Amino acid sequence: MTTILDVRNLVTRFYTEDGVVHAVNGISYTLDEGESMAIVGESGSGKSVGVMSIMGLIPSPPGKVEAGEVLYNGRDLLKLSPEELRQLRGSEIAMIFQDPMTSLNPVLTVGLQMTEALELHLNMSSAQAKERAVEMLQLVGIPNAADRLDDYPHQFSGGQRQRLMIAMALSCNPSILIADEPTTALDVTIQAQIIELVQKLQQELGMAIIWITHDLGVVAGMVQKLAVMYAGFIVEYGSVHDLYNLTSHPYTLGLLNSIPKVDARERTRLSSIEGLPPDLLMEPKRCPFAPRCTFAVERCWEENPPLISIAPAHSSACWQWEVVRSQSKVGVAA
Amino acid sequence: MSQKNGKEVLVSVNDLKLHFPIMRGVIRRQVGAVKAVDGVTFDIYKGETLGLVGESGCGKSTAGRAILQLLKPTAGEVYFEDRDLTKLSKGDLRRARRHMQMIFQDPQASLNPRLTVGSIISEPLEIHNVGDRESRKERVQELLRVVGLNPYFISRYPHEFSGGQRQRIGIARALATNPSFIVADEPISALDVSIQAQVVNLLDDLKAELGLTYLFIAHDLSMVRYISDRVAVMYLGKIVELGSRDDVYDRPYHPYTQALLSAIPIPDPDKEARRERIILKGEVPSPANPPTGCRFHTRCQYATEICSQQDPEFRNLGTAVQSHMVACHHAEKFM
Repeated sequence: MTTILDVRNLVTRFYTEDGVVHAVNGISYTLDEGESMAIVGESGSGKSVGVMSIMGLIPSPPGKVEAGEVLYNGRDLLKLSPEELRQLRGSEIAMIFQDPMTSLNPVLTVGLQMTEALELHLNMSSAQAKERAVEMLQLVGIPNAADRLDDYPHQFSGGQRQRLMIAMALSCNPSILIADEPTTALDVTIQAQIIELVQKLQQELGMAIIWITHDLGVVAGMVQKLAVMYAGFIVEYGSVHDLYNLTSHPYTLGLLNSIPKVDARERTRLSSIEGLPPDLLMEPKRCPFAPRCTFAVERCWEENPPLISIAPAHSSACWQWEVVRSQSKVGVAA
Repeated sequence: MSQKNGKEVLVSVNDLKLHFPIMRGVIRRQVGAVKAVDGVTFDIYKGETLGLVGESGCGKSTAGRAILQLLKPTAGEVYFEDRDLTKLSKGDLRRARRHMQMIFQDPQASLNPRLTVGSIISEPLEIHNVGDRESRKERVQELLRVVGLNPYFISRYPHEFSGGQRQRIGIARALATNPSFIVADEPISALDVSIQAQVVNLLDDLKAELGLTYLFIAHDLSMVRYISDRVAVMYLGKIVELGSRDDVYDRPYHPYTQALLSAIPIPDPDKEARRERIILKGEVPSPANPPTGCRFHTRCQYATEICSQQDPEFRNLGTAVQSHMVACHHAEKFM
């Protein structure tokens, strides 16, 4: 497998009136061609800021990508000019967002919005672009595609709008698709439809996908690799199997335990992660999870643990990872 | 209070309907109606949690509001402690409201940003003329402690709190008048995953300590299974299935319930790989123009001719003691 995206030590901060927000504090991960991975975290964990930084979408000021490298096919995206980046965005790296209404222009017809990208990125004639747009709408399952090009976004339902976004994102055959919570605003049955659609398209088109989500449940069945973020750090990173079964960071374990099991026979009290998410204005010197952690020891309050490899294809940023792992699903069973 | 199967019925909803008129033209003529709630019937027993699930637009929130008379029902009755709320005078209704309260989805939107936490929580006490200034303040401090907040926060404003803390304030306000019945409308869906469990545990503890009865409205099916004693599934303004938690989740009789359950993501990659999903075709039809017969027949893989012609009866396929109600012509197929 060739690596298509290699993110190294990415740091993004926001300089606000209240102080410096440490949004992303040196994250590193790689994505192979055709692979799907997920970045999981709660609001404020830096999961969205992390990928926005890659795409050059951080508003500056107040934001600033301060360090790191983002190698896409060997080129460092952080060193590209805005113009070069614009050519790449949408054509080679595409993105779909949580709320389709914020990324669709309400006063332009869907056909116009779709063909614009095709004419810009792929130099298609307007007739070719229109044909391609219809083809994409059919691919994502919008009925009467040809007739609907002249419709406006509000004439589509929520699930259909999300399909439109997907059609637009995929129209230029990107090699990486970044999906930022594309299903949170949708109902479970529509969510299942969209996930099935994206997976089917991934197989057909062979692109790599990064799912950004707050829901460990949604991604369990559909990615190979997982990065869990907390307070701007990747705290656990590895194969899906290892993260769910041999969980080695207390935050990941806490998240997994706070989701009720729908197939659970008896009712045990939900374990919750006590306390509140951290204040990102503080410079992270100790482990950011320590105040909420039941495994914390003195060292956690003094030194922030680095993300270290604990097994092939599994890393954790926790001084106590061995203790945590003994409490994981497989650890408890053993 | 009336009895049923040896249990006390606290709330009894009978053929409740709520239609929003669609007006058109200069003289605002009514040209149709959005049938948000279209004939629902169920009981809520004292001390239980009834979960009400369904997708957005199915009418579950509207049903919750119609039960509390926050929206005036178009037809039907709602008995609360054997009194029909729909027939009460304004004054009587206001007095009755002391005993039934609501927790809203978005604590940001349901707390007045210009009022202190103290004023927000004591407002229901003032409205119902409970106690004097001093005793109200004591009560507010006590309530803050009950929901796990520092009583010292009494003079702070909502924006100074996190989402989870704000939801606790909303809960404290709902508890202020010592209600016996609480409608919780998506109380956790605006919160982060790690905070959701905290709030659910709090609701659970309060129920045990104060003997509360909940109507828990949500779209998160795993959380509903966790918190509810019985579960009602709603589709396009009607209840399609209603039974004990385990009956509905382990032996769903309605094809819609089956599809909903199969769509829940499970946080376990091995189980996910093995399970089969029922992917429903299309989307929920408009409640202004619902399909004829069974409302689900347009998306149902088992639908036959009768389904498009006859509205299925809501019937009991369980026992007399433990009922398992379902509205499907072909439900026996799944028994």
